[in-house]
Amino acid sequence: MIYGVEPAAIIIFVGFVVLVLGISFYLGRRAQTASSYFAAEGKIHWAVNGVAFAGDYLSAASFLGIAGMIATAGYDGFLYSIGFLAGWVVALFVVAEPMKRLGKYTFSDALDSAFQSRKIRLAAAISTLVVSICYLIPQMVGAGALVTPLLGLPHYAGVIIVGTIVILIVSTAGMTSTTYVQFIKGGLLIIFSFVLVVFVLVRGFGEKPTDDYHEFASIPVDVSAGQVTGISSARYHVIDQVTTGDDTFVLIEHGGLQNWWHLQPDSDQPDSGRATVEEALSIVKTDDAVLYNGAPKESGEFYSVGHFDRIVVDGQEVESTGPLGPSAFLSTVEQSDIVLFPKASFEHNGAEVSVWYQEVMPGNRVMRPGLKFQVDEGATVASKLNFVSLMLALFLGTSALPHILIRYYTVSSPKAARRSTILAITLIGFFYVLTLFMGLGAMVSGIMDVESSNMAAPLLARLFGVTLFAFISAIAFATVLGTVSGLIVAASGAIAHDIIDNVLQKSTSDAAKVTAGKIAAAVVGVIAILLGIALKGMNVGFLVGLAFAVAASANLPSIMMVLFWKRTTSEGIVASISVGMISSLGLILLSPSFFERYGLDPAQAIFPLDNPGIVSIPLSFAVLIVVSLLTKGVANQVAATRK
Amino acid sequence: MSSAQELPSEDRAKARLGLIMFGLYALVYAGFVLINTVAPKLMGAILFAGLNLAVVYGVFLILLAIVLGLIYSQAASRMETRSAGGAEGAVK
Repeated sequence: MIYGVEPAAIIIFVGFVVLVLGISFYLGRRAQTASSYFAAEGKIHWAVNGVAFAGDYLSAASFLGIAGMIATAGYDGFLYSIGFLAGWVVALFVVAEPMKRLGKYTFSDALDSAFQSRKIRLAAAISTLVVSICYLIPQMVGAGALVTPLLGLPHYAGVIIVGTIVILIVSTAGMTSTTYVQFIKGGLLIIFSFVLVVFVLVRGFGEKPTDDYHEFASIPVDVSAGQVTGISSARYHVIDQVTTGDDTFVLIEHGGLQNWWHLQPDSDQPDSGRATVEEALSIVKTDDAVLYNGAPKESGEFYSVGHFDRIVVDGQEVESTGPLGPSAFLSTVEQSDIVLFPKASFEHNGAEVSVWYQEVMPGNRVMRPGLKFQVDEGATVASKLNFVSLMLALFLGTSALPHILIRYYTVSSPKAARRSTILAITLIGFFYVLTLFMGLGAMVSGIMDVESSNMAAPLLARLFGVTLFAFISAIAFATVLGTVSGLIVAASGAIAHDIIDNVLQKSTSDAAKVTAGKIAAAVVGVIAILLGIALKGMNVGFLVGLAFAVAASANLPSIMMVLFWKRTTSEGIVASISVGMISSLGLILLSPSFFERYGLDPAQAIFPLDNPGIVSIPLSFAVLIVVSLLTKGVANQVAATRK
Repeated sequence: MSSAQELPSEDRAKARLGLIMFGLYALVYAGFVLINTVAPKLMGAILFAGLNLAVVYGVFLILLAIVLGLIYSQAASRMETRSAGGAEGAVK
């Protein structure tokens, strides 16, 4: 798709960047201590911290990924919202206060508080780095993906811009400036998402989603033994056809352009010799050209999609609904029929063909799980376990994410940690409810780009004018900045505080520690930029799910057991972190998704699930318990030395 | 729970309350995952106002997290005030 470059979006984004950099340099001018660099001196007000939590946590995956996933897969995208929020319950009830009580700058402090073991430090620091990098890659790739449509710059430029700004933010005032960036971004994101949802509800639904929406043609054809033999319009010419799976696509020439259409058999009389071809969208890649609906991209033959087949309100079919309340909005989608655009890919005369064809989906299937995660029709034991595994990793992953854990050290007391967590839950929960409306709104508003669902929310905003579009786009960039800053502070703490200071016992003065932290931040930032450029085109949501699985497997068992099981030993913790990290990463590399990436048959994958959590999380708990019991003698000594 | 035993009683009580609330939420969450895997069609059942179980249960899970959080916060603050004997704040 081609999007117009929006000057207003650039101005708002530049304004935001100038503001946050101004704050960063202002805060950075003060004399700096390790406490201010790594934990904002523990002086952040709980309410500011609560909003900053939201700004930290609501990454590009939440804002762009979930809205896009709901827009293409309906309720299944909302499952992520539910799981991402549920994870905060673990954070609040189990982790928040003890983490604050036991730790100083990093979560290794809390894990290690009873043991003073360099091995724990090292294991926890490595797992922090692994999780942070897994989480950083999709943010950086997302930054590049955003900059192309919005600013008209190439992918690498977006990655470098975001990386440079973040390195500046973090290396000037560390956690203090990061907190304010996240505070501003979190606040803006929630306010403008709410405004967008209000606009969507007031607008309601209509059969023709936009004034210039594409009119889809469908033409009767004659078929004999599955072959199209004639077409009922003289202006259209059948050239060829391809059958892939259950679907047949027909190449039709019209007005000098060739495009792929979808063959729809006569549902009442499949053998009548009559059928229909329905217009579809296609991208055809040959060695020397890429054609969008039969023409080069610039000629604008490709269009955005998303509409209702039938709008039903209280059992009555209507043309448009007018303004809707929140529950009427959802029940209208439930009763109506929606046209979705699934993708089919095949080869034709040596060219790679992708076709997005119309498929009428009853609203009641869109509004319950099943379009993306197979739990109902066609479900296997593996697909159901995969779903359970994902929900488990989301539930247990949040409270083990290093960039979330370090935010507990920016407030003054366990009580403030608790209060800011509750504010965070309320704001994030509110935001996730909004994602359902943004996603479903995007699904039927004629704005979806079939090539990438990640732009669903900004494109939806464009329906309501340039200003809202500019704000939402600028916030999407800011979203990346806020989350990346948090991750880089977490990684820099793991390197400077855990590894250099505690494991190698190198760093001597407070000032040296701050310098080490800044250098570490810059190095991690540069690595993130390089990975973001190298992994262009990687699925953004996928890697975030992976980071959750690794965090839940490597970190959570130790955090919980050290708090609640008196016989936990340092050997048990080290073993649990190592096994959790290696098993979750290893299983991911053996999963069907990765087999597909290797160019192998996903069905032959050694591990049948895409989400390792259901195996690696219990395994990590079990290893901790077994190793702790085996090293009990040491544990008794430790217990005796505890305060 | 030895690491909790050496803590002030109010911290122990808070930790216990937190665990109970966590357990409660985990049960409701597990129920959601279970229905989706064992009886996914049930998720399509319309409950009220044209809303199906999937939407109602999903939004309920989000609201429940917020409500339990507020209850926990109130209870924990009360414990802190009580243990501080009405002294200024509970910040240690």
